[in-house]
Amino acid sequence: MISQQLIISGVGGQGILFITRLLAETAIAKELPVLTSETHGMAQRGGIVISHLKVGAFSSPLVRPGQADGLIALKPGNVKLHNSFLKPDGWITANAVEPFPRAGVVTIDADTLALQLGNPQAVNLIVLGRALSMGRFFCTKDELANVLRRKLHDKPAVLEGALAALAAGAGAA
Amino acid sequence: MPEQQPILMQGNEAMARGLVENGCVVAASYPGTPASEILSAIDAWRKAEGANMHVEWAVNEKVAFEIAYAASQSGLRAATAMKQVGLNVASDPLMSAAYLGTVGGFVVISADDPGPHSSQTEQDSRLVAMQAKIPVLDPSSPAEAREMAGLAFQLSEEFGVPVMLRPTTRVCHACQDILLRPVQDLQRTADFRKDPKRWAATPKFRYELHVKLNQTLSRIAAYGPTAPRCLNHAPGTRRAVVASGVSAAHAQEVASASGLWDSFAFYQVVQPYPLHSAFVEEIRTAYDEVLVLEETAGVIEMQLRDYRRVQGKLSGFVPEAGELLPETIERLLARFAGRPLPELPEAAPEAGKRPTLCPGCPHRASFYAIKKAAPKGIYPSDIGCYTLGVNLGGVDTVLCMGAAIGQAAGFYQAYRVTGQPRDIVATIGDSTFFHAGIPPLIDAVVQGARFVLVILDNSTTAMTGNQPTPSQGTPAGQAVDIASIVAGCGVKFCRSADPLDLPAFTAQIKEALAFSRDQGVAVVIAKSPCLVDKSVRHAKRPQAVVDAACTGCRYCTSQFECPALVYDEASGKVVVDVMICSGCGVCLDVCPVKAIRQEGGKP
Repeated sequence: MISQQLIISGVGGQGILFITRLLAETAIAKELPVLTSETHGMAQRGGIVISHLKVGAFSSPLVRPGQADGLIALKPGNVKLHNSFLKPDGWITANAVEPFPRAGVVTIDADTLALQLGNPQAVNLIVLGRALSMGRFFCTKDELANVLRRKLHDKPAVLEGALAALAAGAGAA
Repeated sequence: MPEQQPILMQGNEAMARGLVENGCVVAASYPGTPASEILSAIDAWRKAEGANMHVEWAVNEKVAFEIAYAASQSGLRAATAMKQVGLNVASDPLMSAAYLGTVGGFVVISADDPGPHSSQTEQDSRLVAMQAKIPVLDPSSPAEAREMAGLAFQLSEEFGVPVMLRPTTRVCHACQDILLRPVQDLQRTADFRKDPKRWAATPKFRYELHVKLNQTLSRIAAYGPTAPRCLNHAPGTRRAVVASGVSAAHAQEVASASGLWDSFAFYQVVQPYPLHSAFVEEIRTAYDEVLVLEETAGVIEMQLRDYRRVQGKLSGFVPEAGELLPETIERLLARFAGRPLPELPEAAPEAGKRPTLCPGCPHRASFYAIKKAAPKGIYPSDIGCYTLGVNLGGVDTVLCMGAAIGQAAGFYQAYRVTGQPRDIVATIGDSTFFHAGIPPLIDAVVQGARFVLVILDNSTTAMTGNQPTPSQGTPAGQAVDIASIVAGCGVKFCRSADPLDLPAFTAQIKEALAFSRDQGVAVVIAKSPCLVDKSVRHAKRPQAVVDAACTGCRYCTSQFECPALVYDEASGKVVVDVMICSGCGVCLDVCPVKAIRQEGGKP
């Protein structure tokens, strides 16, 4: 069975929970067991927000340090904060203007892209699109987009914006 | 029937599902992290399933408990949900209800927060269950939390006692794939049977009820469905690991991953209190060394009663404070099995960004005005988003729900007795005021206390996810107005003002201070909606712009601390983060050199 552990981090208000649940629902669509752990409460007020996502046969909702396959960082500062969760060969996709002097880090300037799209709330999906385009996930971008279509079927304008953000991220490779 | 796909369910949604599937008819709660999503999920399942239920956000946890308990006394299944410190508020009816017992199944969900992530304390609700003498179930995952909601109803009805379901943050806020089960309609009608000797028992009968409760507890300690589950017999070993809650989930995974699975017998305790007597006997006879993993206190450990052989919190083997993270459990298991300890993971650097009030939050303006009006004041505050006013120097104390008002009165009396008049400005949120602020306000008026109370009224319970407050009313009821309550408590000065109009609001606080200095309690209701409340339409406002006149003095970033105002080292000036600026315009009045403008807005 597929087994993947991911960390998604950023600050409150960036939509970390949304993309974590989107990935988890994509796992379910692929009939894979999934466990996530979310941050709620005071930390959501602009503080550091971290989600753990485990796809496969796990019983604990938390990723141990040194065990994550990948890290998605929606703020550049979160790379330093959370890269201790990664396996030695773990990958990082980070929202950052400047490239990182470290192997395995792919960056994307999602803030600028989001403003260009006229959708500042879409940073999360842009970075996710970029991460998915690396082909190292338990799912593909198209599988995730299908779940997005099902989730947002009654909000066509929001769906269109979300798919555009995902595509913009993937196309920025 | 087509094969159903599981759906992604948060632990809180899963517990809610379990309650609704098992015929819960009345549910009441007060929001608090990590329990907040339980009641909204119950209501969502109620709607989705067309179930006939009463679901309410009560004014506080004590009231929520009493609403649900009366339904149980009437023979219906009922539940109440709260966070652990909310259980403190509801502990009065809980202790008594344990003696009186239940008719319809009654589940008390109390969500603990080891860490703590979003709470004043790390207290263990299982100790409250022990104190009350009621059984408590400790789920290890969302799926198990759903199961245990049903099991709790069953246990409650079998023995006629309230049953506590005690999840922790890592269960409440974990999500898992879960299959829906059909919702049962138990077809019961409310049927309260009068029995004053029981329901209104006098102390003499309470003694009898206590004796009976003790007997019930010893029978519950032999109840099959909640007995500890042996997950791994590991024949030949004299070592056992006993774990409960999410610690059991961590331990199971870590033990398998690190090749320790066969080094000890592994038991998951689902009912930490009362611990099954046969299990206690088995552990004491079959094993020489026992490690207990549980959060946050040594509840199972103390019931095993053998300090020579049992390692845990009380023995000092397991840390007594903080969350038991899987990496901590990995090291504890290795040490217990006599294996070399795995390398300590490199500690993450200190968290970069502290939580702060949202850009455009009206509370920021209120605190700024309070500091301006009473720069030498004492600022007692309370529980909510506005606790973050501590970043702005506008919050001096945070004790518990409602304490801002009691403490403001207390500070006044302390300074009065020793002859040093002092400005006191207390802050409390609207939901917190309804929850626990009214009795201390009455007390303050009665005792002649003098201070200013600012009720930060954003018309929602913001921190926990924008649950409604009594000032919105409900479809079946009426709205309750804060100003009328204040007047009803006997307060002679009560004004309402919008903190986003900073100069006028500051003037209002100054006027209130003048009143409070020689007359009594003065109340200012700071009325402005929460920006993250999606139920309110927010007009699009022009964002702020910093012009060349900015001297880089950083007064705005230190005194106003809006996340959208960022000091730019390169230019030596403050810039506006256009990704997050809400356009509230308050910073225009904060800048000492008037270097902040609003395009098309205020000059």
